[in-house]
Amino acid sequence: MTPHMLTRSLDRGATIFLAVVAACGILIPLSNLLLPAGSFLQVPTYLVALWGKYVCYAILALSVDLIWGYCGILSLGHGAFFALGGYAMGMYLMRQIGARGVYGNPILPDFMVFLNYSKLPWYWYGFDMFWFAALMVLVVPGLLAFCFGWLAFRSRVTGVYLSIITQAMTYALLLAFFRNDFGFGGNNGLTDFKDILGFNVQAGGTRAALFALSCLALIASFLICRSIVSSKLGKVLIAIRDAESRSRFLGYRVESYKLFVFTLSACMAGVAGALYVPQVGIINPSEFAPGNSIEAVIWVAVGGRGTLVGAALGAVVVNYAKTVFTSGVLAPYWLFMLGAMFILVTLLLPKGIVGTFNAWWDLWKEKRGAATAASAAAKDGITEPKMAE
Amino acid sequence: MPANLSARLCSLLLSLFLIAFALPAFAGPFEDAVAKFANDDYSDTEEAIGVVASSGNALAFPIISALQDGRLMADPDSKKVYVTGADGKSIDAATGQAVASVPDSASAVRLNNRLRRGVDAAVGALTLMSPDVTTRIQAAQSVFKSHEESALDAVNTALSKETNKSAKAALGDARAAILLFKSDATEVEKLEAVATIKAHGDQEALAMLTGIGSDQPASVTTAAASAIASIQSSLAIWSTVQNAWYGLSLGSVLLLAAIGLAITFGVMGVINMAHGEMVMIGAYVTFVVQEVIRTRYPALFDYSLLIAVPLAFVVAGALGVLIERSIIRFLYGRPLETLLATWGLSLVLQQAVRTMFGPTNREVGNPSWMSGAFELGHITITYNRLWILVFTLAVFAILLAMLRYTALGLEMRAVTQNRRMAASMGIATSRVDALTFGLGSGIAGIAGVALSQIDNVSPNLGQSYIIDSFMVVVFGGVGNLWGTLVGAFTLGIANKFLEPVAGAVLGKIAILVLIILFIQKRPRGLFALKGRAVEA
Repeated sequence: MTPHMLTRSLDRGATIFLAVVAACGILIPLSNLLLPAGSFLQVPTYLVALWGKYVCYAILALSVDLIWGYCGILSLGHGAFFALGGYAMGMYLMRQIGARGVYGNPILPDFMVFLNYSKLPWYWYGFDMFWFAALMVLVVPGLLAFCFGWLAFRSRVTGVYLSIITQAMTYALLLAFFRNDFGFGGNNGLTDFKDILGFNVQAGGTRAALFALSCLALIASFLICRSIVSSKLGKVLIAIRDAESRSRFLGYRVESYKLFVFTLSACMAGVAGALYVPQVGIINPSEFAPGNSIEAVIWVAVGGRGTLVGAALGAVVVNYAKTVFTSGVLAPYWLFMLGAMFILVTLLLPKGIVGTFNAWWDLWKEKRGAATAASAAAKDGITEPKMAE
Repeated sequence: MPANLSARLCSLLLSLFLIAFALPAFAGPFEDAVAKFANDDYSDTEEAIGVVASSGNALAFPIISALQDGRLMADPDSKKVYVTGADGKSIDAATGQAVASVPDSASAVRLNNRLRRGVDAAVGALTLMSPDVTTRIQAAQSVFKSHEESALDAVNTALSKETNKSAKAALGDARAAILLFKSDATEVEKLEAVATIKAHGDQEALAMLTGIGSDQPASVTTAAASAIASIQSSLAIWSTVQNAWYGLSLGSVLLLAAIGLAITFGVMGVINMAHGEMVMIGAYVTFVVQEVIRTRYPALFDYSLLIAVPLAFVVAGALGVLIERSIIRFLYGRPLETLLATWGLSLVLQQAVRTMFGPTNREVGNPSWMSGAFELGHITITYNRLWILVFTLAVFAILLAMLRYTALGLEMRAVTQNRRMAASMGIATSRVDALTFGLGSGIAGIAGVALSQIDNVSPNLGQSYIIDSFMVVVFGGVGNLWGTLVGAFTLGIANKFLEPVAGAVLGKIAILVLIILFIQKRPRGLFALKGRAVEA
């Protein structure tokens, strides 16, 4: 990736988005740590963790948007990659507990002692080392996506069929992880974490650092996605999205392109999950529920499919609404809201918030251009406006 | 015998015919035996059980069954023994006279495990001659299980008097079981017993033959070994039959849930994620119908399902048409968006039902003709599963006939095969779409009526079927009802055969993985449509 490519791929909207995320990533932790508690500008620790969760969801949304918005692959199983990344991180955190667990076993996590495991299962080896766990966060989801995609794309499973089998995949994993003898804590999942890299996960400083890291990961994911979609590779992906057969007849190896982008997207989802787990303090099989994956798709649809910025924005907006609605007297109505959101967005706002805004913006610019009879309308493609939050 | 006494006895005795025996008027071995219950000594109690059980006295059954239930009270001071009835009335165990109250010093006669087996056997023997055939057969079966030697005489007596065929067979089995374990039975008797038990041929017979011990004559041991082998092979066959039946039953449930989906998906290419909620609504219609019947017309309860089926079809079907007209028709040609919109719809419908009926399970009863079970060889078939299979096949046949012989069916097939050509021929495709969606939803509704009989009626009912239904449709192939039929029964049977090997959850996971792999090989299912329709 050359600097030239990077600058070319960044238009005004993307720049504003990156600036906002970077500012949040720096200012929120600083305000949390440096200002006195109770001060007007101080961000309480619980809010830092909550917003950290949103940022992780935004990364997941970006990964969904990359394949759905630009390559037309509607995955209803991206929650599975997210959860697998989360489990990899959770396993590291479990091993860090050491002898401080309820049963005080230095090697076995509590649930294994409880379930009468005599020794650590082989697939738990190595997770006491952070670098190994961090590698697995990328490798496990990536490998699953690679195998799954290799089978699916090669035999040209497309459209709703692909959506349904991705859903079957996450459902199968849900059932598997619910089993106690699967070695991942059954329906309780992994929890009661103590340390990450020697720092207490509950401490304010660790939370602030995790938040800053999540923002950094969001920026990195965004730059990766952006450079992909604005490169020649991105053009091919869009071609595949719009006319798969035609792209194939033009000589492109459609399945290789899809496989690459699907695997990359799964790795991104894994990273999002890995950052999510230490911030919420638990990972359990319900993260594999098919509903979660579909919800991630609706974040993208609300924000604007195929805009990247919109995906991240949609994740934050929908989850913020969810927090507001499910914590108040309106809690029974949240599912009505969410359901209505699915229906109304697909019916009335097919381009999402950002997409619709872009269309208006272009229209307005065109009008102004015509009125002032300025230089010929040199439309520079996508221009995202700043979305105040 | 005073008339009032006999009336009181009637209320206490379970076996009415025992009244025919006259009460002995003198203090004989029976009274002595009864008094022994008061000694609070296990060996005395054992002796007393033996004497009382074989006395032929009309009080024997009440005493022994009271002993079994801990209702036999003994007063260690006066050596009097009382039978307290479930209704609070008590009688003197030795004479049968009613007593006003049992003295406070009396306590229940204690039993240990060995005695308890003896008591069970004695109760079994006493009920062997009950006038009720079912009771007699149950008693014979319990003797068969306990094979208590003390019951042999009772079994022999009962066998000589028995006229009912199945009771006689049960008694024969019981006698064989006793003889097999009786140490002083002759070799011939034992061989006969092995043959009888072999013919009995179930899991219990197997356990019995395995447990005869080594102190048997060689010929008996060999006969038992060959009988064990033959029972095992016949049981293996029966367990295959049982699995096949469970598989058929699961397949019928899957088919019922998927068949409506096959229509909407097949004809319109619409992924209806709210399909499960139509099933749920059908189940709630059943609930409402049963509530109304319970409160207003309890006599009609057996017909509740017959009333619910058309109602559920109408309610779910009308809702389907409404959904098609208000949401889905704007999304044709955008299958992925349809999927999202219908998922949202499913959330709304679930939450609406949760708000109206509460989040907990609602009770839907089985009408009498759907409850119970019958035995077929060595497998048990419940009526509700059987009826659901019949019902599913009937719905399938009706649907097939409708597609084949009605004008709407013809139009639907035309639209499935080539939408534009059908439109050019003057078929109002949008009307066909609405009706098709209504039909698919209506069938989901009647599936809900059937599923309410075997599943919990809760707002989450539909969700548990949606993924399975999609698997069936995708596996069977779109646009072909026969594919759905074959797909449903294949998945059902495969699932039930995997279950004993891999466990329920792993079996299900294996099926999902197999389908995912299968889709790679045949991306359009078992029975794929061919030609231009495929890419449409």
